[in-house]
Amino acid sequence: MEILVCIKRVPDTSENEIALNSAGNDIERDDLVYSVNEWDNYAVEEAIQIVDRVGGSVTVVTVGDDESEEVLRREMAMGANKGLLLADDAFAETDGRGIATILKAAVAKGTYDLILTGALADDGAGQVGGMLAAMLDYPFASVVNKIETVNDKTLKIGREIEGGNQEISEISLPCVLSIQTGINEPRYVGIRGIRKVASVEIPTLAAGDLGLDAAALAPKVKRLDYFVPALGKGAEMLEGSTEEIIAKLLEMLKAKGGLK
Amino acid sequence: MAQIFAYIVHKNGVADDTALELLTAAKKIDPAASVTAIVTGEGSALDAVAGQVAKAYNEVWKFSAPVFAYPNAEAVRPLLVKVLPAGAILLVAHDTFGMDLAPGLSIKLNAALVTDVVGIEGLDGSTLKLVRQEFGGQVSTHVAADVSTGAVLTPRAGSFTAAEAAASGPVVDKSAEAGDLVVKRRFIEVVAAEVGDVDITKEDVLVSIGRGIEEQDNIEIAQDLAKAMGAVVSCSRPIVDAKWLEKSRQVGTSGQTVKPKVYLACGISGSFQHLGGLKGNPFIVAINKNAKAPIFQVADVGIVANILEFMPALTEAIEEGK
Amino acid sequence: METVLISPAKAWFFFIPTWIFSFLIPVAGVAVFTYLIALRLAPLVRAAPDRRFNRIPERLRQVLKIWLGQWRHPRYMLAGVLHIILFAGFLSLSIRSSQMVILGMVDGFVFPGFDSFIGAAYDILRQIMATAVFVVVVVAAIRRGIFKPARYAVPAQYGKDHTVEAVFVLALIGTLMVTEALFDSSLAAAAHQKGMHAEILVPMSLAWIFARMLAATPAESLQTLHLVSYYLHDLTFFFFLCFLPLGKHFHVITSIFNVFFMRLDKGNVKPVRHGVADDKLDDLESFGVKQIDDFTWKHMLDFYSCADCGRCSDNCPANAAGRPLSPRFITIKARDQIFKSYPVYPIGAPFTKSPPLIGGIYSEAEIWSCTTCGACEEECPLGIEYIDKIIDLRRGMVDDGNVPQSLQKPLSAIEKRGNPWGKMEKKRADWAKNKEFAADCEVKLVEAGDTAETLYFVDSITSYDDRMQKIAQATARVLTTAGIDFAILGKEEKDSGHEVRRFGEEMLFQDLRSHNTEMIQESGAKRIVTADPHAFNALRKDYKDIPPTEHISQTILRSIQEGRLRLKPVDSEGKIYTYHDPCYLGRHNGLYEEPRQVLDTISGLRRVEMTRSRDRSFCCGGGGLMLFYEPEEEQRMGVIRVKMAADAGANVIVTACPFCLVNIEDAIKVAGLEGKMEAIDLVELIDQHAER
Repeated sequence: MEILVCIKRVPDTSENEIALNSAGNDIERDDLVYSVNEWDNYAVEEAIQIVDRVGGSVTVVTVGDDESEEVLRREMAMGANKGLLLADDAFAETDGRGIATILKAAVAKGTYDLILTGALADDGAGQVGGMLAAMLDYPFASVVNKIETVNDKTLKIGREIEGGNQEISEISLPCVLSIQTGINEPRYVGIRGIRKVASVEIPTLAAGDLGLDAAALAPKVKRLDYFVPALGKGAEMLEGSTEEIIAKLLEMLKAKGGLK
Repeated sequence: MAQIFAYIVHKNGVADDTALELLTAAKKIDPAASVTAIVTGEGSALDAVAGQVAKAYNEVWKFSAPVFAYPNAEAVRPLLVKVLPAGAILLVAHDTFGMDLAPGLSIKLNAALVTDVVGIEGLDGSTLKLVRQEFGGQVSTHVAADVSTGAVLTPRAGSFTAAEAAASGPVVDKSAEAGDLVVKRRFIEVVAAEVGDVDITKEDVLVSIGRGIEEQDNIEIAQDLAKAMGAVVSCSRPIVDAKWLEKSRQVGTSGQTVKPKVYLACGISGSFQHLGGLKGNPFIVAINKNAKAPIFQVADVGIVANILEFMPALTEAIEEGK
Repeated sequence: METVLISPAKAWFFFIPTWIFSFLIPVAGVAVFTYLIALRLAPLVRAAPDRRFNRIPERLRQVLKIWLGQWRHPRYMLAGVLHIILFAGFLSLSIRSSQMVILGMVDGFVFPGFDSFIGAAYDILRQIMATAVFVVVVVAAIRRGIFKPARYAVPAQYGKDHTVEAVFVLALIGTLMVTEALFDSSLAAAAHQKGMHAEILVPMSLAWIFARMLAATPAESLQTLHLVSYYLHDLTFFFFLCFLPLGKHFHVITSIFNVFFMRLDKGNVKPVRHGVADDKLDDLESFGVKQIDDFTWKHMLDFYSCADCGRCSDNCPANAAGRPLSPRFITIKARDQIFKSYPVYPIGAPFTKSPPLIGGIYSEAEIWSCTTCGACEEECPLGIEYIDKIIDLRRGMVDDGNVPQSLQKPLSAIEKRGNPWGKMEKKRADWAKNKEFAADCEVKLVEAGDTAETLYFVDSITSYDDRMQKIAQATARVLTTAGIDFAILGKEEKDSGHEVRRFGEEMLFQDLRSHNTEMIQESGAKRIVTADPHAFNALRKDYKDIPPTEHISQTILRSIQEGRLRLKPVDSEGKIYTYHDPCYLGRHNGLYEEPRQVLDTISGLRRVEMTRSRDRSFCCGGGGLMLFYEPEEEQRMGVIRVKMAADAGANVIVTACPFCLVNIEDAIKVAGLEGKMEAIDLVELIDQHAER
């Protein structure tokens, strides 16, 4: 099975608070370190495991700039066979639809039976996979947490739906699936693994190579700014009799959706 | 003015809580809008839902067909492409169905897509200004969507207060317009989560207990409260170490990273290892008998009390209020 | 001269001269033995290289002390003394046994020189030893077979009980002693009957007792007994010889070599592959140990040498906490795997390639459970090592990407940010910038261009953890009080990589090392001090070309001795202190006394010792990355340790390691001893008691 996994290089924000830059138009990126989007990493691991089972190859692709190459190499160190970098200044200002358009153009240059993306990335939008599927007229499933190959035309998949339940379906190939964390246990990529693939050639395609122009990438949605909603300092201490406290607390819990 | 639609998800003949939240969101786009609800499904359950939704929406479009028996976005999407008028704005809740449906729908409709919307600031010409969050909720952002060719929006559950059910619109059975749909994804079954295999990372409300629970037998007190609140019990490390709860319930750097909306920290002092597992800026209520517990520094609301007395009282109050 | 009894060299069995048996038995025995040894050597030849032919004088000293001197045996007194007697018996009786073999072919043979008083003295000695060995065999068999000390038990997951083999071998040894004594005593009884000169028998010796019992036995029967006992001895002897390489008694042969080749240094880690320089590591096809032949030949010799005594596992904190690790079975399972891959029967059977060790004989959890505390190696009476094997196995797992998710996050955070939490580099010196602290203690920052004679290497946990920052601040204040000019690297410092290396991520460790080495060199410092024993061990054992490093306890002691630091009398009533030896300060670096001396300088301080202290200290649960690993365990090591302190009558545990402090403070809560027990770092205690 030929599998394409779309990945993204994102700031690693798990341990550090995000601060806004002085202009307020972006987060403060100076002190951030970047890595591959966590969901995408699960998607690559899944692709590798599928190929281990049924054969084929895994290609990782990303839309970004030269710096994005590091995440491609990291996933290749993990076991992806090929990398593909889609980089062009024209890609910088686009939206999710634009990213999907770029990826669609890249998909057209190859033959893939299965396309995987992460369920979401740093912006939390979770949109590119579904958009790409629609552009390709492929069936789509989001938040996939299980993939079994039934035959070379069909997959049996599980989606993680509300309440921790799993929705099982059959989906025809080719298709696009967005992968939820926890579908597998991604393998560790050590320094040694990354060095091994350090000199592997990664082809780069620009807008022209993909036959894209500015009109095709014109965004419908633009981010205007970043801001941090005002936060109080320290807890508001509830005082009074237990009954009074509970009455106040219930009111707050209701307002915040803490009671179902 | 674009026509606004809300796709309503439902289960067991009952419309989802988000049904009325979507109406609020729609009114934020255009307070004067006449909003049409769309429900798909089959049989009496669908009729029941259509009836409920009709009490709030100006009109309800009902599509009944076997293919809609289970909410499969791969079937609903081509339907909506077929029946929605050009330039329509469609709202669908940002749940696992909405995530399945919306992105592809926006492409097929050539409409703007904004997912996980937490605020709507209003429409200015054909530009709709909305609020979203990024980086796991650490920062918010205003986005401008060009809705001149329509839009697909997925509001986050709980971000919009539910509208009063004031209108009373007709239910229009449009099943005939569905026609033949090519569906390349076939639903098989839902596998229920195993008991004791709760995924606290996906829960919106957590009743989290720490050493203040004192004894294994007292876990029940927390479970009762969680049940009353519709929440799930999580805990800090000492509880897992004591083997009073399974590891999957542990919040913290050595446990799970959770992103609830509401976090009730009961008898948890609030070590940074524990708080490290708490993301997404939840509303934190801290209950601790030690007024100097560090958890009060980070909590939104603090209560100095013995949890073994406070929790049962709270449970009782909630039960009474139901 | 009239013969008392016909010797085996001259007797006939029907029409065959028995010397033929005397000749054939040894020939067959030696042939089989040679075949077995050759087979056992085969994997060693194919094994990974090791560097063990260096430092010969030190190695000979180890042989004298640990092998000949049985130095570690009395740590378990009863078993130790029994073994020393057996060992002494084996050594002294080896001459007699050889003589016996030749006696079957050459009548009246004695070794050159033994026809003098030496031989007479030896005869007395060997009789005493044979008797002693027999008594020990009986005691040991009763102990092993009836009392069954817990440490010999084989938990179900590790296979079948080993008691039968142990008792069988004791029976063989007993048979050797008895048959030899019967051989002697039958002769002596016959001589006595004929009124001829008999060999002197030591009163109360086995032979003496038998001779008295045989006094009235007809000469004909004595002749039969003489020959039968000889051949029983001969057969048993060669059977035993060939039995040795088949099981745990192989140590009888291998122990002297194992001790000679044993590890001479502590705290260090073997290179990925001996003979491959660090800058050539990228060229290696594979890293670490993945299947049995990847072990070094010394490590394989370890597997052969294990006597199954269970002391390693008895001292292993992971085993005590119910983690799925028992060092004894790391060895036993590997030995069994070698035996399986290199079968002795059928003869000429091909060597099979061993399956992957992880998922085969070892589980992942087993290998990640080790804290590298070193208790097992400290205890092993014949110098078997474990830490390097565990690290080599981890290197193999890391190379295959097989790393628990709980460890992947801290590892990648260290790679990207230099600390396992992924916190920002610029916050590394925040503890020094805290206003309250900085008001009366100024800390020089190399990152800000400051220089100083001494560099304080803080390391990650002390830099970032809220609680452990207090150790950093106490260290800074104590250094200042002692008049020591020091600076810290601040954001230029990265994790020392101590556990990164010990968790098998060698290349990441080397990156950290080269970064820190460069920063330390550029700082211009003449010496380094640290309050973190893991950093201390890393800088001393893993780093090269940096100034000498000392632990803060050494600095404090010297400052007190030189009068630069004076301590007030103890300020708390009713407190009883106990000192917990951190593994990487004590066992791996031998600093047992310095922290105790420092404590005893505080007048009025009451200090007790836990039973397990100094080189038998019980690990708190492990440092560095071990804080992030989620072990399968029944209870926490720290809880066991805290209970030991309570048993010793202490209510304050003093340690000298931030990781010990984390684990012990946590364990006090888990054990429900809050308010009854507290933990404090040595440097914090000194900070509190420093006269300023």
